[in-house]
Amino acid sequence: MAYTEEELKKELESKEYEYGFYTDIESDTLPPGLNEDIVIAISKKKGEPEWMTEWRLEAFRAWSEMTEPDWANVHYEKPNFQNISYYSAPNKKPKYESLDEVDPELLDTFKKLGISIDEQKKLAGVAVDIVMDSVSVATTFKKTLAEKGIIFCSISEAIKEYPELVKKYLGTVVPQKDNFYAALNSAVFSDGSFCYIPKGVRCPMELSTYFRINQAGTGQFERTLVVADEGSYVSYLEGCTAPMRDENQLHAAVVELIALDDAEIKYSTVQNWFPGGKDGKGGVFNFVTKRGLCEKNAKISWTQVETGSAVTWKYPSCVLKGDNSIGEFYSIAVTNNYQQADTGTKMIHLGKNTRSTIISKGISAGKSQNSYRGLVQVNSRAENARNFSQCDSLLMGNECGAHTFPYIEAKNKSAQIEHEATTSKIGEDQIFYCNQRGIDTEKAIALIVNGFSKEVLNKLPMEFAVEAQKLLEISLEGSVG
Amino acid sequence: MDLKDKLVSSFATLQEQNDAAHQIRQEAFEQFETLGFPTKKLEAWKYTSLNSVLKTDFNLFPTSATTLSFEDVKPYFVHEIDAYKVVFVDGVFNAELSNIDTEGFEVTLMSKALNDAEHKAVIEKYFNSIAKKDESLTSLNTAFTKEGTFIHIPKSKVADKPIQLLHFATGTENALFLQPRNLVVVEENAQVQIIERHQSLTDNATLTNAVTEMFVAKHANLDYYKIQNDKLTASLIDNTYISQEGQSNASVHTFSFGGKITRNNLNYYQKGEYIDSTLKGITILEGKQHVDHYTLVDHVEPNCESHQNYKGIFAEKSTGVFNGKIYVDKIAQKTNAFQQNNNILLDDTATINTKPQLEIFADDVKCSHGCTIGQLDAEAMFYLKTRGIPEKEAKGLLTYAFANNVLESVRIPELQARVNKLIAEKLGVNLGFDQ
Repeated sequence: MAYTEEELKKELESKEYEYGFYTDIESDTLPPGLNEDIVIAISKKKGEPEWMTEWRLEAFRAWSEMTEPDWANVHYEKPNFQNISYYSAPNKKPKYESLDEVDPELLDTFKKLGISIDEQKKLAGVAVDIVMDSVSVATTFKKTLAEKGIIFCSISEAIKEYPELVKKYLGTVVPQKDNFYAALNSAVFSDGSFCYIPKGVRCPMELSTYFRINQAGTGQFERTLVVADEGSYVSYLEGCTAPMRDENQLHAAVVELIALDDAEIKYSTVQNWFPGGKDGKGGVFNFVTKRGLCEKNAKISWTQVETGSAVTWKYPSCVLKGDNSIGEFYSIAVTNNYQQADTGTKMIHLGKNTRSTIISKGISAGKSQNSYRGLVQVNSRAENARNFSQCDSLLMGNECGAHTFPYIEAKNKSAQIEHEATTSKIGEDQIFYCNQRGIDTEKAIALIVNGFSKEVLNKLPMEFAVEAQKLLEISLEGSVG
Repeated sequence: MDLKDKLVSSFATLQEQNDAAHQIRQEAFEQFETLGFPTKKLEAWKYTSLNSVLKTDFNLFPTSATTLSFEDVKPYFVHEIDAYKVVFVDGVFNAELSNIDTEGFEVTLMSKALNDAEHKAVIEKYFNSIAKKDESLTSLNTAFTKEGTFIHIPKSKVADKPIQLLHFATGTENALFLQPRNLVVVEENAQVQIIERHQSLTDNATLTNAVTEMFVAKHANLDYYKIQNDKLTASLIDNTYISQEGQSNASVHTFSFGGKITRNNLNYYQKGEYIDSTLKGITILEGKQHVDHYTLVDHVEPNCESHQNYKGIFAEKSTGVFNGKIYVDKIAQKTNAFQQNNNILLDDTATINTKPQLEIFADDVKCSHGCTIGQLDAEAMFYLKTRGIPEKEAKGLLTYAFANNVLESVRIPELQARVNKLIAEKLGVNLGFDQ
């Protein structure tokens, strides 16, 4: 039977979020609400030392005095922080030695997601620290890493096992009082990843974490801390999918990167949280604070592909403190239907001869709003600072919006800063050309979008690039009008 | 007593006059009372603080106007050209220095227009119709509307000579707070050129909070030039609102070379198709000067264009701010909007903050913005030096070349020459452009 356009349209309209399902696992959940007792309870549940409890309380007190920011170019109903349960962990949680011991239901979930741990173990050479509802349940390749002296574990484990390291670096790049959501995260973070690369070590594999929000009504508050000691190198991958929910879920993560002298950190993200339905109902609120600190000759590179979340509010930043340090930011943000994204970066040039590059590609379709917000700041002592920024927007249809808010502040005469931005649409002639060559419109759009985003896609590690390309296609399905 | 309290208590005196703007004044005043003066906490005032200016004890209603002779003020006119002149001294119209004997169109005073029966229709239609109602400084000016220039060019009339507007502050009253209010109406197919300058002749502090509303009808053409080269004691907040109808052209050139704090709020509202809007500026600062350009181009109809080009050169402890916003509505298809902001910092103590902003809701548009901060090309400097040109002149030449293309669109040759001269003066070199 011939497949007509009508049918395709129907199929696209009814196409549900592929990863939208819900695993029924008993969870150990704290009652909703937030006060000092809850913070202490979280800390206790995780068996944390006293200094950590204090640290959390300090953050909580700061948070209670802050108000939720509303300067971002997004509109949403503010979450009621007292209606959220701040802790949820899968109930049956013995420490697994092998995968056979893992709850089969959980494994089934991963299978649906397309993450086969076995396969990944064997094929990709990727160590996966899977976070399912806040507590990590499986960590692989730990031994290989341990031989090199690399620490890669959940942050709660790190707090217990390596308190000196955590104490020394936690909150140094993103202080507890940094902003509303960072403070909230500092107070209630349930888990996350910790990674330490010793001096002069080149991490032999891409480190990766998969995050999932699972329990209904729980927000997830991850905390990631990556420390690359002098002369080391690490590439870190972060990817997310979330099951379908009607009420909004809050996600407020904090990621801190520290690159000491001559070190290099490459941090890649594919974000595919549930974006909300076609009618703008549901979806994840993603309010993330990501920041990296570069010491002398260090380099931090952020690459992100953002296709999910109903509301995104995220600015991976680099503080270029050391001389000759380099910051990079490559981003693709795709919004469709009623999604809203306000994302970008901050490059703070403090040291001499510091360089930064910003490439941001925004694609808006449907009724979505996509904003780039960036800051390039050159301090008066930052001699010979160099920045290049490029923000390109692609609009599909006339009900969406693309916005650019670049802030550029220069206080040094030797600074060289360039910023350019363009806005365009997919040309009819481009589509026509593809059609004429036998490529249907849907495919042609995917092709053109891929070309538009190539500069950023190229920066992703292989495993991610393929996935990201697919994600772009899924996100834009049905947006041709 | 701080400035706000002072303004509040003196408002009643002003409201005694019952003219066409009575009700509007009352509403605007209430608005200002609620809003107060802007602070750095507002996004629009993030980089500019008025605190240092507002603490001065200003005199709000100067009583006696000093007599000035033409020789005193001649340098501040673009005197090489034959032009109509509207001269205000301490906010009061000076008939001796002015020349408003126009033929076929009208140049008169705001106070006259507000009180005349014959102007009633025009005032009702245009006055305070595009000035922002929710902006505190504009509201403040509206509340204290008293004097200013009223220009009305009727259908198909081309003003035969440019109009020069000059506002002098003589400061016999110590510190002065001036609030001129202007209205320019250019009817269908008409044309006019206007040159505006605010000049302080005293070392007493001066603060000017001006509002100008301009209406450019179909096929009409407006060129507006602002020369800002004031003393270090003078601050200026200029609020300009331009409404354009189909197929019209409007351009505003702002030359900011001086003053303590200068804030230029320039807003364009396009209300028809095939409109062309031009916003250009050259800023050259030194010392502790501060200039803030805040522009908005509101594209709400299809097939329009806007061209923005601001160049800045900042030395010593000066600060430059550029905040440009292009808004493209979803029905404004085929919009071409361009924005360019280039800056050179000459010293490490100088600062530039720039925020070129795009808000786009339509897909079939060509919008771009570019922004650079850099220095003079070292190789070009070297080349000039090998040709025997001293460093200072070489620098001057290159800086001049950097700013020059903004001048190309100035349609009054004498003004172009004048600005050239000012640039040379500012850069401290003789570029041989004197005529």
